[in-house]
Amino acid sequence: MTTLRPFPLAAREELQNAQLRANLRHATDTIRAKRARVVGEAPDWEELRAAAAAIKDDVLAQLDRYLEQFADAVEASGGHVHWAEDAAAANAVVVDVARSHGVTSVVKMKSLTTDEIRLNEALEAAGVEALETDFAELILQLDGDWPSHILVPAIHRNRREIRDLFARTISPGLASDDPAALAEASRRYLRERFLAARVGVSGANFAVAESGTICVVESEGNGRMCTTLPEVLVSVVGIEKLVPTLADLEVFLQLLPRSSTGERMNPYTSLWTGVRAGDGPQELHVVLLDNGRTRVLGDATGREALRCIRCSACLNVCPVYTRTGGHAYGSVYPGPIGAILTPQLVGIENAPTLPFASSLCGACADVCPVRIDIPGILVHLRAQAVAATRRPGERAVFVLVAAAFGSARRFSFAQRLGRVAQRPFARSGRIRSLPGPLAAWTRTRDLAPLAPRSFRDWWRAR
Amino acid sequence: MRRAYRRAGSLDRPERVALFCERVADYRARVVRTDASSIADAVAGVADGRRLCVPDGVPAGWVPAAVERVRDDDLAPSELDALDGVLTGCTVAIAETGTIVLTSAPDEGRRAITLVPDLHVVVVAEDRIVELVPEGLESVAPLVRDEHRPVTFVSGPSATSDIELDRVEGVHGPRSLVVIVAAERVGSGA
Ligand code: SF4
Repeated sequence: MTTLRPFPLAAREELQNAQLRANLRHATDTIRAKRARVVGEAPDWEELRAAAAAIKDDVLAQLDRYLEQFADAVEASGGHVHWAEDAAAANAVVVDVARSHGVTSVVKMKSLTTDEIRLNEALEAAGVEALETDFAELILQLDGDWPSHILVPAIHRNRREIRDLFARTISPGLASDDPAALAEASRRYLRERFLAARVGVSGANFAVAESGTICVVESEGNGRMCTTLPEVLVSVVGIEKLVPTLADLEVFLQLLPRSSTGERMNPYTSLWTGVRAGDGPQELHVVLLDNGRTRVLGDATGREALRCIRCSACLNVCPVYTRTGGHAYGSVYPGPIGAILTPQLVGIENAPTLPFASSLCGACADVCPVRIDIPGILVHLRAQAVAATRRPGERAVFVLVAAAFGSARRFSFAQRLGRVAQRPFARSGRIRSLPGPLAAWTRTRDLAPLAPRSFRDWWRAR
Repeated sequence: MRRAYRRAGSLDRPERVALFCERVADYRARVVRTDASSIADAVAGVADGRRLCVPDGVPAGWVPAAVERVRDDDLAPSELDALDGVLTGCTVAIAETGTIVLTSAPDEGRRAITLVPDLHVVVVAEDRIVELVPEGLESVAPLVRDEHRPVTFVSGPSATSDIELDRVEGVHGPRSLVVIVAAERVGSGA
C-alpha cells in the first residue's frame, strides 16, 4: 500500500501557486455570498438540516434493509443491479457492459464516485475511451489535470488558460476568451458525441429505496444527455447515497442546490426508475459500490461522514482549503469532508496527516446541510492517526502541524503553514505529478472477478 | 421521522403565480403571462415561423398557424437536433424555486425532445403552480412509484459557472427557456 503524500508537503507546493490561490479566493468568496443569500431566504433551514441528518442516520442504521429494497425495486422496474465491494469490481462491471455492446467510447457525466474508483483509467486500459462531458471535467481531461474543487473542479484555471487549451485541442483557432464563446466551443465539440453515444455512465446524488429511483442533480444538461440519449446507461452508486422514500428527496433537493451552487434550484434534476419503453436508455445497470464504506459504517463516531451529500459548502468556508486548494488533499474528496472521509475510506494508516489539515474552527460544521460534526470526527481521527503511526519523525510532524493549525489566526495562517511544512520535507514538484493516491491504493488490489452473489451473501460477508 | 420544515405553502393563488413568474425570470428564462384562450398567440410571439417538436398530447389550440408542428415519430437525436425547438406542457410547477416539472406526460413527450432542441417553450397552467418543493414532489411521487415515470425538474435554461464563476446560459440543454403562464386550466396532462 502506498500512503498519501503528507498534507503539509502538498500544501506547501500549492501555496506557491499564486494563480490557484487568487482564483480559489474569488471562487470561494463568491459562492459563500450566494449561499448565504439563498440560505437566509429559507425560513425553515434548520428544520431541513435536522430532517436531513435524521434521514441519513436512519439509512446508515439500516443500510442492509434499504439496499435490498432498492435493489429489488430496480430489478422490478427492468434494471440490473451489480454489487461491487471495491473499485476493481465496480470498474469491471462498466468495462463488461461497454465490451458487451462493442463500443470504444462512453459518455460520462461528472461523478466523484467514478473519480474515486478511477473508472476512466480502467476503461482506458480496456480500450474504451471515457469522454468527460461536464465543462470543467472536459477541461481537466483535455489537459491531464486533476480536480481542485468538487463543485467547480477547474476553478484553478482562468479563462485565458481555458481558451488556449481549447485552441490547442477541440477548437483550433479559437480567439475569444469570453465565457459564452468557451461554452459554445464545448457545446459544439460534445454535441455530435452525445448524439452518437451508445453507452452513458453516471453517478448518482440520491437513490430512492422504495422505488428504485436514481436522482442526479446538475447544471449544464450534459447529465441529461448522458442519461437519456444512449441506449445503455450504467450508474455507479455509492451505497451511502440511499434515501428511504421519494418524499425524502424534498429535503435534499432544497438543501443541496442552496448549499452547493448557492441557487434556489439547480437547472436540471433528473429522476429515473428502471427502463421505460421508448423513453431513454433501454438497458440500465446500477452498480452499488462499497469501496471502504462499510468500514466507515463500523466506526460509530466516524460514520456520520457518510451523511455527506457532496455539496462543497464546507470547502468554501474552510481557512485551510481556501488557501491550499483541493490538490493538496491528494484525494478526490478535498477540504474538510476529505479530511474526515478519505482517511476512513482508505484506512487511517494510509492518510495519517489529513485529519490534521484543519484549525478546528468549526465553520464547516456550521454550514454543513446534513449537520456532520466535522471537527469532532477530526479529533477522533487524529487520535487514531497518532496511534497508527509508529515512526517518531512522523509523529513530530503531526505535533508541529497541529500546533500551527490550532493557533493560526486567519491572516498569518498560510505563511505559518508553509514554514512549518517546509521543515521536515523539502522537496519540489508540480502538482500534476502527484500520484493519484486512490489509484495507488486501488491498484494494489487484485482484480476480483464479478461474483454473482446475492445481496444477502454479500452483506453477510462484510 | 419528524418533519418540522414547511410542507404546505401559505400563499394564495395570485401571490403564488407572481412568485413563480419572478423566480423563473431570475434564472434569465423568459416569462409570458397570458390566458387560456391566447396561448397560441403567446407561442407565436416567441416561435413564429419555427419548426417545433410538439407531443401528441398538446392541444391543437396551443399551436399557432405560423409554427410548423413536427410529430415525434421516434425522431433520432440528430433529427431532434435539426429542429428549432419544442413546445410542451408540464405536470406541476414550483413557485419558490421557479421550477417546472416534466414527467413524460402526453403533452410533455419523452425526455429527449425537451433536451436536444435549443428552444423549449413550456405552457404552465396557473392551477398547476404549487408553492413549495415538497408539494411539487408530492404530486409526482405516485407517478414514479406506480408508473415508473421519469421526472425532470427544470429551473431555468442550461448553464455553467465553471469559467471564473461567470454564469453562462446554455451549455448542452436548451439555451432558451420560455415559460408561458396561462391563467386558466388548459389542456390535459398527467
Ligand atoms: S461534509 Fe457537509 S458541507 Fe461538506 S460537502 Fe459534505 S454535506 Fe457538504
